Amino acid sequence: MADDVVRGTGRRFAVGPYLALLPFLGFLLIFLVVPTVTVVVGAFQSGDGGFTLGNVRALGSDAAVQALWKSVLLSLSTAVIGAFLGALLSYLILTLGPRSILRRATLSVCGVLAQFGGVTLAFAFISLLAVNGVLTLALDSWIGLDIYGSGWLFGLNGLIVVYVYFQIPLMVIVFTPALEGLRPQWREAAVNLGATTAQYWRQVAFPLLTPAFLGSLLLLFANAFAAYATAAVLVSQGNPITPLFIRSALTSEILLGQANLGFALALEMIVVVAVVMALYALLLRRTARWMR
Amino acid sequence: MNPSRGFRVLRGVLLTLFAVYFVLPLLSMLDFSTRGRRGETGRNWDAWRALVENEDLRQAIISSLLLALFTVVLMVVLLVPTMIWVRLRVPRMSRVIEFLCLLPLTIPALVIVVGIAGVYAWVTYFFGSSPLTLTFAYTVLVLPYSYRAVDSALAAIDVTTLAEAARSLGAGWLIVITRIVFPNIVTGVLSAAFISVALVLGEFTFASLLHFDTMPVALTAISKSDAATAIAGALASIIVISALLLGLSFFGGNTRTRNENG
Repeated sequence: MADDVVRGTGRRFAVGPYLALLPFLGFLLIFLVVPTVTVVVGAFQSGDGGFTLGNVRALGSDAAVQALWKSVLLSLSTAVIGAFLGALLSYLILTLGPRSILRRATLSVCGVLAQFGGVTLAFAFISLLAVNGVLTLALDSWIGLDIYGSGWLFGLNGLIVVYVYFQIPLMVIVFTPALEGLRPQWREAAVNLGATTAQYWRQVAFPLLTPAFLGSLLLLFANAFAAYATAAVLVSQGNPITPLFIRSALTSEILLGQANLGFALALEMIVVVAVVMALYALLLRRTARWMR
Repeated sequence: MNPSRGFRVLRGVLLTLFAVYFVLPLLSMLDFSTRGRRGETGRNWDAWRALVENEDLRQAIISSLLLALFTVVLMVVLLVPTMIWVRLRVPRMSRVIEFLCLLPLTIPALVIVVGIAGVYAWVTYFFGSSPLTLTFAYTVLVLPYSYRAVDSALAAIDVTTLAEAARSLGAGWLIVITRIVFPNIVTGVLSAAFISVALVLGEFTFASLLHFDTMPVALTAISKSDAATAIAGALASIIVISALLLGLSFFGGNTRTRNENG
């Protein structure tokens, strides 16, 4: 049917083939575009539908600013820790040589672990470090050390420890290609010109890897900033970070009268993630210049 | 380059430390979920048995498995023909489709949940309030990953030539898509299906905030009263998901070697 349209219209622009995309585009319109637009529009609407800047102004309230600050702190610290440890791990497995089974196995396992997060990861750390956790009990009975403390696992510090678990594997996945792209010839060239190992790293490898490293760090930041499930399971009281603040805006009655605050908070998340991802794309383009 | 002995020892130590860090939480789940009740010694598997014996939990697990199935079906029906069609007939739309498919990576799932209430009011109106209605939202969530898998499979074959050959022998477009191109990208579609299942089985954000009882939501609910069962369920889902994702990486590895060789 669509084919007839093409034949009938000759070289003119044919609409027919585009119609076949309608089911897919319609689906995305309803389940992706409409929700996103709802958030953006809702952030500037008052309860009765009129235009207001009140919701956005409410983002400046102490509670909201505190949550955003803690979110940034959490994302930044886990991104930095994850980036350095991940880069170290990916360097270690690359030195094993291309035929190493351990190297390939590590990469596969990292592919799995980077997808962790959510409920299962939270439970894994609860089973390890909570008051009845395996490590808590073991350390207590061996050397009388109390690592549970006053329940740090269920606050910001706990989130940092747990998030690092999926940040390191993600770093390994995104950073290994860049590290692999460092050609041995460059090192040989540097050594031929009289460079020491330290000079090679400082003046050749690090400058080359910096954009890729920073780009990966930004990706890790966005990954932690957007994460919700892990935090939602671990932290059941209070709302220390923005995603949990959104949860309470959605579910609790306390914030009644500010029904659209949830939209404004969600808009804040879109803006932060979009800025970070734009920078990431920029750095990625710089890396692409010397990689293959 | 032959690493010095000192470096190799250091590497061994560091890799062991990484391995301990990553394996310890998983082993502790196994220990925690098979630990006897307070005062008892020895192992017991009560917590694991509860996974199938607890009625709520069993229902939730069945919901999650059905959701995974439906999401894969909807993803394949919507995405695969569209991507083939874009390659064959409307290549100038390929950037638009790519952008739309990768968009859910940039928009956090939580943001979509916040805005989707209105849409889900209609979904409930038409389809009832079964957890299976999450299929629609989950299909959006798995799009970026499925897109990449299918796209690399499509890039590896010469779609245009295949289609032209079939067309010149009299095949209609439906036949071209379902019986000519599809069988050639089946590995890519399988990868897409694997990763979709893995994502759906672990998804929590949508299900909990829209109040549907899927497996992760039910496990969280039960963890308040019976942590061992919740942890057994979490470990079980980790095992299933890991098996799927590791299978996926083997698929990926196989296609890559095949391309290099031929």
